Amino acid sequence: MADEASKLKEKVGLELEAVVCDIEKGTLRRFAQALGDPNPLWQDEEYAVKTRYGGIIAPPTLALTLGFSRIQQMLTSDPSLTVLHGSTELEPYQPIRPGDVVTVSTRIARVRERPGKMGSTLFVTFEITCRNQRQEMVARCRQMAIIY
Amino acid sequence: MTKQVYFQDVAVGGELPSLMKQPTSRQLVMWAGASGDLNPIHYDKDYAIKRGLPGVIVHGQLAGCFLGQLITDWAGDGGNLKKLTLSYKGMNFPGEALTCRGVVTRKYVEDDRHFVVCNIWVENPRGEKTVTGTATVTLPAGD
Repeated sequence: MADEASKLKEKVGLELEAVVCDIEKGTLRRFAQALGDPNPLWQDEEYAVKTRYGGIIAPPTLALTLGFSRIQQMLTSDPSLTVLHGSTELEPYQPIRPGDVVTVSTRIARVRERPGKMGSTLFVTFEITCRNQRQEMVARCRQMAIIY
Repeated sequence: MTKQVYFQDVAVGGELPSLMKQPTSRQLVMWAGASGDLNPIHYDKDYAIKRGLPGVIVHGQLAGCFLGQLITDWAGDGGNLKKLTLSYKGMNFPGEALTCRGVVTRKYVEDDRHFVVCNIWVENPRGEKTVTGTATVTLPAGD
């Protein structure tokens, strides 16, 4: 664990390889179905065209999942460690729509180590920005992982 | 969707309509696929037990996104989620009924926009808050 801690601490400030997400209607549908959210604004074009959005948009929380697998891969590559999710922050700036291409940039912002009963625990904070194909910021997220 | 809620109709201390959820192991698999969260503690019982967990647990972020739904259901098409913060306090297990709740803690006007802040949480059947957080939304002003 001490090894892991020092390895991760060296990575503070590191940018993970960017993830490019093609947002399709199916992306929205899969997300809404997995969430169990029947809101027609996410899936029903006929309904959504009459709203102020003029078409279907993604639930704002979709942004939290874009590029999430990149973080997961990085943290779960060592099977001897347990990884839990500590906290999440989301600031949506504009809706994500089908047809958008969202580039997700992830930076390791902070690593804290705290000694505990079962050895030390690591708190790793990631800062994530999501930009669309027009380079507009669509959302900013922060994810904290707990590793022991 | 349901009737639009307006800023003028919201009072500090007022409760949001609660949202009931009962994630099944099937839903966890769907969520793993849709969210890219493929941590085996959410679908592989042997692995979860080996990691010292009582069994498969619900993705924290799935329970967190239930709270996102609580907010978008309430704020309606005329509302906008501006900020969501979530802390994962305890584990949720598939098959358990979860209740998503919220209460208005603050309302204010800034730059002609009408903000409402809520405390939000997920409650398990034992009344424990397993996810807590805050949501800031803008709502249409009303007449």
